[in-house]
Amino acid sequence: MGDQARISQFTDAEIGLKLLEMGCVPGASIKLVRFAPWGDPLAFECNGSIISIRNAEARTVDVERM
Amino acid sequence: MATTDNILHVALVGNPNCGKSTLFNALTGLNQKTGNFPGVTVEKHSGKVRIHAPQAKAARTVNFIDLPGTYSLFPKSPDEEETLLALLQREQSEAPDLVLLVADASNLKRSLLLATQVIDAGLPVVMALNMVDLLEESGFNVNVQALSEALGVPVFALSAREKKGLTQLKHYLAAVQPEPVKESAFQKNLLHTVLPQLDRKVSDDLQKQASAGVPVDVQADTLERYGSIEKNIKSFITNPKPLKALGLTHRIDAVVTHPLSGLLLFLTVMFFIFQAIFSWSEAPMNLIDEAFAQLSDTLRAQLPPGPFSDLLSEGIVPGLGGIVIFIPQIAILFGCIAILEDSGYMARVSFILDKLLRPFGINGKSVIPLISGVACAVPAIMSARTIKHSRERLLTIFITPLMSCSARLPVYTLLIAIAVPEEGAGTFNTRGLILMALYLLGFAAALLTALLMKLWVKSRERSTFIMELPVYRLPQWRVVLFTMYEKAKIFVFDAGKIIVAISIVLWVLASYSLPGRFEALEQKYSTAQVVQQLGAEEAAAQLEAEKLRNSFAGMLGRAIEPVIEPLGFDWKIGIALITSFAAREVFVGTMATIYSAGDADENSLALRQKMMIDTHHHSGRKLFDFPTSLGLMLFYAFAMQCMSTMAVVKRETGTWKWPLLQFVWFGALAWIAAFVAQLAF
Repeated sequence: MGDQARISQFTDAEIGLKLLEMGCVPGASIKLVRFAPWGDPLAFECNGSIISIRNAEARTVDVERM
Repeated sequence: MATTDNILHVALVGNPNCGKSTLFNALTGLNQKTGNFPGVTVEKHSGKVRIHAPQAKAARTVNFIDLPGTYSLFPKSPDEEETLLALLQREQSEAPDLVLLVADASNLKRSLLLATQVIDAGLPVVMALNMVDLLEESGFNVNVQALSEALGVPVFALSAREKKGLTQLKHYLAAVQPEPVKESAFQKNLLHTVLPQLDRKVSDDLQKQASAGVPVDVQADTLERYGSIEKNIKSFITNPKPLKALGLTHRIDAVVTHPLSGLLLFLTVMFFIFQAIFSWSEAPMNLIDEAFAQLSDTLRAQLPPGPFSDLLSEGIVPGLGGIVIFIPQIAILFGCIAILEDSGYMARVSFILDKLLRPFGINGKSVIPLISGVACAVPAIMSARTIKHSRERLLTIFITPLMSCSARLPVYTLLIAIAVPEEGAGTFNTRGLILMALYLLGFAAALLTALLMKLWVKSRERSTFIMELPVYRLPQWRVVLFTMYEKAKIFVFDAGKIIVAISIVLWVLASYSLPGRFEALEQKYSTAQVVQQLGAEEAAAQLEAEKLRNSFAGMLGRAIEPVIEPLGFDWKIGIALITSFAAREVFVGTMATIYSAGDADENSLALRQKMMIDTHHHSGRKLFDFPTSLGLMLFYAFAMQCMSTMAVVKRETGTWKWPLLQFVWFGALAWIAAFVAQLAF
């Protein structure tokens, strides 16, 4: 929680495109802000927006911790 | 160009939560109408406004069309497909002459992605840079001029919420002569890439354009667009860092999405909505009730007696009253849902319940249709269009009618009053508990059905749950009030037409029979012998009952009686089951017509009493005893008795297979539940 990271690449084209279009480009910094009850999905902050994503989907995004 | 009628059609396009609908409301005020996109049932909001240019004497009518929000022209869900087709199909009525691109200044990069796609598709564009006030408050500076030059389209900085900067935009719209849509390679490539994925028929023109295009690598195209946006953005906005306005939203979310307080809050909110629906609507409902009863009485007293007077005072007026009485409940329910959506809370409900709903083959986004289904399944099923995954969408559509809608409420109210005559003291009375149990049973049946469907309908598609959690904000009361008014109006005019028609048809069916039948009965009961034996009053009452049994409606009811006899139902309930297929609330009116109690609303004592003393003509026991009343309520809780819902399911799924399956499966559930009630009690 509160961890910051930088998107390095998308390993899944479909999820990657959706995130791209929502403004999460490779190189953008993101911050983990929240887990839903039962620990899934999670929410992260990127470009001033809060975006929710399931844990399994989030695992397809490679990030570098900051 | 489509402006032969001299109306300028302007389509509003933008990201979700960019303030597009707020701008639409600010521009159109109350001159809105809700319609449907041709052939499909996505709600289409449009509004015509007369706009005057500053100097010119002439004014022009601008028709604003609010399209579903999207991040890109490459659609990911059915409602985004609608936006694309509404922009590109030129033959449709209201084809846009101009696109008003609503960009969120606080998240400009993302808005510019969509903007460049729309511009490259050859559409004439004007940009509204929204939320500029927020940006400037936090010390940012927007260079509108540079942005406009870079994009090659006019840009107007404004704040839709504060209604600032709207005048310049309006003046521009009053005078602009938009260029016709240009041929564009990007549009052809876009269509070439997208059309094969749509399972919709599109115009020949679009097909032709698509065949002239080449496939787009959407990811590469998107990255390229971002690359050039990134290069230029520093000249549009000083310090283009994201806003730090999320503090409050994070603090609220800490409570709202918390495992314990979040779930408690959700249950509290649901409980509050039900309370609101029941308690706040009581006073206005009683008022409407009395007004219609009075109207009926006045008409009967004033009009010369005869079939016309009967039809008016026993058929049409009570039928109308039966609709109007629901306005308070419908308005409150839709008002609550509008508040939940507008405040940003609904997205959180999806977020916290996603994991819980996933095993049932639906996802967090199914929550919105399911909750709206408590109001009315028809708009609820339409709202499932935001769900991308086709099986999750199908399952959501399939199970939504099992949520107890507001039309079941009067049926429950009437039957509970009969089944549980005395209300217990204290907060938890039996009537309230039964009512709540019926709602919970509907929800349980919905989940069970989803589970079964999931095992049966195979899907290779992957389910995703990527969505934005919008910033919290106060609901705009004007929007909430307008939604309440709009939904109540749609309900009265759409459902109203059916209910009045059914009331009239039913009245005719119950009042007439095959030639000679009534005459024979009348003769039988007017013989001196019978009158002497029964007494004049009893003879007249028996004659009425016999007439109804032999009327067209009675024949219909008796035809289905064998099927429902094991449930303790008789032919009179059979008639109600048939007429309820038009709309469930018709049950009350049907009972009223059958028991000819005069006034046909569910609080009517006369009707309730007549029903309570009626006996089953075979078994001789009370017709509406506890097991049968309960069984009938359960029947209404499950059975698919709604033409409009079936029609909307057919339109949304494209085939009669699903509504027919719903009809059979829900009917089986209903029959079994009512049968169990007979056995158990």
